[in-house]
Amino acid sequence: MNLLKLDQVDVGFGKNTIVDDVSFTLAEGDIGCLLGPSGCGKTTLLRSIAGFEPVRRGSIEIRDRLVSSPAQLIPPEKRNVGMVFQDFALFPHLTVAENISFGIRNDSSSEQAQRVNQLLQHVALGGYGNRYPHQLSGGQQQRIALARALAPRPQILLLDEPFSSLDADLRESLATEVRALLKSEGITALLVTHDQQEAFAMADKAGVMYHGRMLQWDTPYELYHEPTYHLVANFIGHGVLLRGAITAEQKVLTPLGLLHGDEVPDNAAGEQVDVLVRPDDIIIDDSSERRATIVGKGFRGAHYLYTVELTDGTQVFCMSSSHHQYSLGSEIGLRLNIDHLVLFPAGFCET
Amino acid sequence: MKPILKIIFVVAVLAGAIMLLTPRNEVESVNVYSSRNEGLIKPLLDEFTAETGIKVNLLTGSGDGLLTRLENEGRNSEADLFLTVDAGALHRAKSAGLFQPVQSEMLNQSLPAQLRDSDNEWFGLSLRARTIFYSNERVDPSELSNYLALADEKWRGRICVRSSDNLYNQSLVASMIAHHGEAVTEEWARGLVANFARKPVGGDRDQLHAVASGQCDLAIANSYYYGGMTASTDQASIDTVNKVSLFWASQNDEGTHVNVSGIGLLRHAKNADAAIKLIEFLASESSQEWYAQANQEFPVRPGTELSPILQNWGAFKADPLPISQLGENNANAVRLMNRAGWR
Amino acid sequence: MPSPNQTRRSYKSLPEQAICLLRSYSLPFVAIVICLPLIVVAAAFFVGLIGAEQRETLAHLWQFVIGEYIWHTFVLMIGVGFLVSIMGVSAAWLTTVCEFKGVSWLRWALLLPLAMPAYITAYTYSGMLSFEGPVQRMLRELTGWQFGDYFFPDIRSLTGAILVLSFVLFPYVYLITRAAFIEQSRAALEAARTLGLSPTKSFWRVALPMARPAIATGVTLALMETLADYGTVQYFGITTFTTGIFRTWYGMNDQIGALQLASILLSAVVVLMVIERISRRQSQYHSVGRSKHCVRPFQLTGLKAVLAFVACFIPVLLGFILPALQLLAWSYERLHVWLQPDFIALIRNSLILAISASVITVLVALWLCYGKRRIPTPLTRASINFASLGYAIPGVVIAVGVIVPFAWLDHKIIYIAEHFFNLNPGLLLSGTIFALLFAYLVRFLSVSIQTIDSGLSQISNAMDESGKILGLNAQQILARIHFPLLKTSLLTATILVFVDVLKELPATLILRPFNFNTLAVRAFELAGDERLAEAGPAALMIVLAGLIPVIFLSRAMQARHSRNNQAAVTPKAEEIYEPVKA
Repeated sequence: MNLLKLDQVDVGFGKNTIVDDVSFTLAEGDIGCLLGPSGCGKTTLLRSIAGFEPVRRGSIEIRDRLVSSPAQLIPPEKRNVGMVFQDFALFPHLTVAENISFGIRNDSSSEQAQRVNQLLQHVALGGYGNRYPHQLSGGQQQRIALARALAPRPQILLLDEPFSSLDADLRESLATEVRALLKSEGITALLVTHDQQEAFAMADKAGVMYHGRMLQWDTPYELYHEPTYHLVANFIGHGVLLRGAITAEQKVLTPLGLLHGDEVPDNAAGEQVDVLVRPDDIIIDDSSERRATIVGKGFRGAHYLYTVELTDGTQVFCMSSSHHQYSLGSEIGLRLNIDHLVLFPAGFCET
Repeated sequence: MKPILKIIFVVAVLAGAIMLLTPRNEVESVNVYSSRNEGLIKPLLDEFTAETGIKVNLLTGSGDGLLTRLENEGRNSEADLFLTVDAGALHRAKSAGLFQPVQSEMLNQSLPAQLRDSDNEWFGLSLRARTIFYSNERVDPSELSNYLALADEKWRGRICVRSSDNLYNQSLVASMIAHHGEAVTEEWARGLVANFARKPVGGDRDQLHAVASGQCDLAIANSYYYGGMTASTDQASIDTVNKVSLFWASQNDEGTHVNVSGIGLLRHAKNADAAIKLIEFLASESSQEWYAQANQEFPVRPGTELSPILQNWGAFKADPLPISQLGENNANAVRLMNRAGWR
Repeated sequence: MPSPNQTRRSYKSLPEQAICLLRSYSLPFVAIVICLPLIVVAAAFFVGLIGAEQRETLAHLWQFVIGEYIWHTFVLMIGVGFLVSIMGVSAAWLTTVCEFKGVSWLRWALLLPLAMPAYITAYTYSGMLSFEGPVQRMLRELTGWQFGDYFFPDIRSLTGAILVLSFVLFPYVYLITRAAFIEQSRAALEAARTLGLSPTKSFWRVALPMARPAIATGVTLALMETLADYGTVQYFGITTFTTGIFRTWYGMNDQIGALQLASILLSAVVVLMVIERISRRQSQYHSVGRSKHCVRPFQLTGLKAVLAFVACFIPVLLGFILPALQLLAWSYERLHVWLQPDFIALIRNSLILAISASVITVLVALWLCYGKRRIPTPLTRASINFASLGYAIPGVVIAVGVIVPFAWLDHKIIYIAEHFFNLNPGLLLSGTIFALLFAYLVRFLSVSIQTIDSGLSQISNAMDESGKILGLNAQQILARIHFPLLKTSLLTATILVFVDVLKELPATLILRPFNFNTLAVRAFELAGDERLAEAGPAALMIVLAGLIPVIFLSRAMQARHSRNNQAAVTPKAEEIYEPVKA
């Protein structure tokens, strides 16, 4: 069932619209993610789901119960949503155990103690109950913040850029741990981030937001391989858009050659399109006839990301295992390895 | 390194400038430490400067503060004269060896002997009486007699007096110690405190106003405050004077307690000649008249005409107790007042 | 070939070595000099226990008056502490988190009572509420009552002192608590709401406890000022340690006794200081988090908005507006006074003192702060801490602690001067404004140090190093990097000391030299002589000067507030997404 449902939600004040006509649903037990650059409105959207921002149009329902609409706003304390903040927001004057049990303070003390211990075990910080937040490291504080939000068994857990204030290596391991924890508890969660890797690691469903609009709400795989908008294609992963023309035989003529696929529409001969070409779609094959020159080179650890310039001057990206490296300026051969075509109408456009 | 040296240099220059710029006088001048408020003495001092051209530098403060300062300064004091509002301070200054005798025919002739020091170390300039004031409406003067009677139970909750911090009260108590001994005085003080209508607050004028407004029926205050109010055009003062009358205390006993405001030449005065001229000026006819007419104080120079207000109060018997005894007993008086709970 | 050891020794020339030595020991030396009054006062306590006569005095004091001093001081502190907490915290909360009509004006208006020295507020209320004053007179006219018919409380009482001091000192709590509320992680409050607390409950259970250290700091500052107050309690007839010190020193001519009382007062101050330091340290832990989002303030309307406005307005009204009006009324009746030469002399004296004191204090503070920066050893830090103690020490204690050693020193100097140079320089230290300036230095150094230190901390060592690499020598770094960045702090520090000196009363009373009355002294003398109304012009001048730092402070607050409220700039789409490579 759908735990969270947003329908044509607008959020804004005065003349500013911060969230513009957003609709999506999140099934129970899924982890969702709102992805986008700073200022695209994702945090505001998250906060409106929490109940901190009112909704100007549309509706938000949690478990089929209307919580936000222009007519009514159920306050955050009555929504039973959990929230983890970017700066952890632990209460500095309370111990770790007191922080965690803050949301369940009306339970009996034995129940509280039990739940606190259980959660501390889950986040691998058993025995830290009597410490104070300022005695913990950043990663530890984040885990306590998570435990605190989970303690009252919220219907949905909202996470606002939860890992952005942590070190890079910590981020990845923590992201995996948190996903495992949420899945094991069966908790529905919605995460906000500007980091694609995080989104891919954690989310079952992700939405790319831009200027308040939700461009596409899909699994990460689909977002990567089947973006529906230029902007999504540009935001997710690396790649270039090659201008091409549809030929009479339902193929697309591009600087990289003739491409064909089921996605090419019928009866569209002569139309200009943009084809999405990812670095992994291009393979270096010295036996190929198509030649290109390497004009840029970036070491990525397991592979090199080359910028290669085709004979007609178009530049594309290409990946190759780093066991062998090609030097700048050398000529190489390219071969395409595209499974399916991703086409957009020609020209960059606002959605 | 260098900027710090620069800073040191600047500081040193500033410090030097401050020390040097503190006024050193080129003009002939006299330096006076005075516990009389500026306003009450400045007109006379300005007169003096106008007549003689000698500049007068004045430092005001509490009498004890100035005394302590003089003691600390010792030989190096800048002060030439010490002007006080009460005799206790004069006596203490003399005992501390701060004064030097002044040989002046004019002063010896102008002032009666009991109002100047036997060794000519200090000279009284004006006299003030500390007596009982009562409410016209609620008190019959026949109920009043002397200070001791104020401790009587019938006055419970009806008396207003200012704090024991004040010199005038300390002198009064000192005089009572001299007359009646410590034991009796302490008992009297306790009784008096029990008769307070309120905790001591405000100055003498406040006590008089309190009697007028009905907060209490009796007050102890200095005569010139009442005199000043009588001469005033301020409505509140006029109201008070209409409702409150003066009673000369202890006329059948030791006499009303009096105190002098006086002056003495300091031992290490640098401008002794000019200073003596100032003392003589203050004891002269015109100055004494000013005290009497403008300040409503009793002049020390016999034959000076009293203001109509002073004349109105009638003659009274003043306590002939040697003024020196007021100073001798002062410290004891303070302790006694502490013990009696007179705040 | 010179051996390695020889080379190392000759690396620094003799003058350089001397300067090095001077630098490393100058700071502790300066700190000790500044602490001299405290040492004297503390020492006197023990000296007093030695002489039999002094013991007797102490016994007398203990038996009769110290109990009362302790009781009055205790009641004052409890009363003032309670009132300033309530007024300060509620004002801070309402102006930080809520929006209602008039709140932006109130935010800085709540600082206005800082411009009023407590004793002047005391004088104005005495005048206003006395039997002959306007309030009671109007009451009698309206009702026809006479005395005895109605009960009108006397402001000149312990309760009155508590009220007056609270209305003057609550801005300390207001300022510090407000800063804490602003810096608090907004997210913490929102977290509390997601955990089930309503807005009101989240104030009591989260915001308030998180601000507790800040509140404690503000309250202890207010209490230190309460302990230091002389003018108010003296005028209201309340016997406390400060009045006791004056009385014992002067009335009983007992310096040692007075010093002993001072040391008892000092111990109470020390307790407060310890509490304050602890809470300052705690508040560091409590400001966790830097959330980007500005929490939307509660919009208050209707009755709630009116109540909020009134609640915040009353302290301003009672702490500043009414007293200021009374001062204006008194001064208006005496316009001619302003042009009289002796009044102008008063102003000149006050200005001389204030300007010299502020310049000297700021220079010393600069010296100390740079010393800490260059030689960051524990010894240096301790020196600065000790030098900063003065803010907590009552002026009267500092004054009595200054005069004794200075007088002694003066006599020695004169002795030497006369014996070796055959000239008498007079009382160089205790006879000039030097003693007074030194007392001001001791008392107000800490506020300069704090201001300059925070300014200096914005200039990181990395900036110095960048300057060096770019070819600037030490002086140029100071002139071209430090000075422009420090300008504001220096100015602020100078102004703060300037105004504090203008307002200062007890130390000035004790230490001032010849012909040197200040505005504060004049107001005090006139009030003491029951000529309150005549004290109006002098008092008004002090308050006008006191407004200057208030204006600065409020401007700084406005700037920060508008910075917080600016919406984040949205970058253009083209800047984010890679343009099409066509």
